[in-house]
Amino acid sequence: MKALTVLAADEFKAPGLELFELPPIISGVTWFTKPVLLALLSSLVVVLFCWSAFGNPKLVPRGIQNVGEYGYMFVRDQVARPFLGKDADRWMGLLLSLFFMVWVWNLMGVIPFLQFPVASHIAFPIVLAGTVYLIKIYLGMKHQGPIGYFKNMMFPPGLPKGIYVLLAPIELLSNMIVAPFTHAVRLFANMFAGHIILAFFSAVGFWFLFEKLTPLGAPVGIVSVVMAIAMTGLELFIQFLQAFLFALLAAMYIGNSLHAEH
Amino acid sequence: MTIAAKLLAAEGSSPIMPHLYELVVGGFAFFAVLFVVGKILTPRIQKTLAERTEAIEGGIQKAQDAQAEAQALLAQYKEQLAEARHEASRLREEAREQGAQIKAELREEAQAEARRLIEAAHVQIEADRQQAFAQLRAELGRLSIDLAGRIVGESLEDEARQRRTVDRFLEELESSNAAVR
Repeated sequence: MKALTVLAADEFKAPGLELFELPPIISGVTWFTKPVLLALLSSLVVVLFCWSAFGNPKLVPRGIQNVGEYGYMFVRDQVARPFLGKDADRWMGLLLSLFFMVWVWNLMGVIPFLQFPVASHIAFPIVLAGTVYLIKIYLGMKHQGPIGYFKNMMFPPGLPKGIYVLLAPIELLSNMIVAPFTHAVRLFANMFAGHIILAFFSAVGFWFLFEKLTPLGAPVGIVSVVMAIAMTGLELFIQFLQAFLFALLAAMYIGNSLHAEH
Repeated sequence: MTIAAKLLAAEGSSPIMPHLYELVVGGFAFFAVLFVVGKILTPRIQKTLAERTEAIEGGIQKAQDAQAEAQALLAQYKEQLAEARHEASRLREEAREQGAQIKAELREEAQAEARRLIEAAHVQIEADRQQAFAQLRAELGRLSIDLAGRIVGESLEDEARQRRTVDRFLEELESSNAAVR
């Protein structure tokens, strides 16, 4: 503790977990923090965008409807149809909401001044992954029967009997615990790490170019700023990729529940 | 707030532990989006996309129909054209035949006419000859009698006998003539 206070005075300190500890925006209202504000803002953005795109759709699309349809087609052709086939259209509402929601949450990480990826607070991915998890179990029991669902999951047909001793517990663990956990944590960890990386390079650049400008330190600062810009580009890609992946996994889980594997 | 204090606060809560209020707000934020986007807007765009597919398919169908119609019309025209050509050639053939026939008929007629003219001319010539012959015979008789009278020195009293003699002579002459001819 003492060492930390000493260090803080004059030496560079890399940003860490404190990046994610944000005080309430209005003092006294403890729940109203920056991620909460951004989560609400994201919902507003998604709703407004989708409303202007799909609210009054035309047969011949114009302007923002083109953009929205591009997103819709992407989710339908890359996410829904490969896993859900003819059921794709019924689940497009959920998958489209998930995709846009996660993407806008992630984009909040690079929008100037906002600059905080909502999904880097694990509560938000948990809400989405938990919803998908509940839907998955409900659909599995509905379409395969309460016992059939677990039987199909743990004892996929066509394997030698001895294998089931190993396979059954692994499959149960994987489907019931690991899958929803990784579904949420994959998104959370990517956004968490991405935010730290961006903060780190920005902090190094700021430190060496503004706070302690020295002939030796300046090149480090410049490299750092360049890296921060490059990493922002990479982060944009990862943000999209994670949104895509999150919707993809949701579609996969739903598809597996609708039709028993194998 | 010093950095150390911030660090302490960070150590106080793990980033992997969700805040309850964030779960609540996140749930609200997501279900609001799910309701508006998933329940209200997605069916709208799906309906529009289905309508668009239908419209495009209808357009394609229409174009195919038009093309088929055009092709049928073209085939019909071609058939009509071939028919017209066939008809024209048939007419030409017919005309040629008729022409040939007319030519043959005309030639036949002309030949018949020529024959008829020649025939008439022959008849005329024969008549003329007969007439000339008759005249000549009368003249010859008179001249012969005249001459014979002069030679004999006296006119023969019985004219009827004279005439018979001349006629007999002439008939002999004529029969010898015919035998020669």
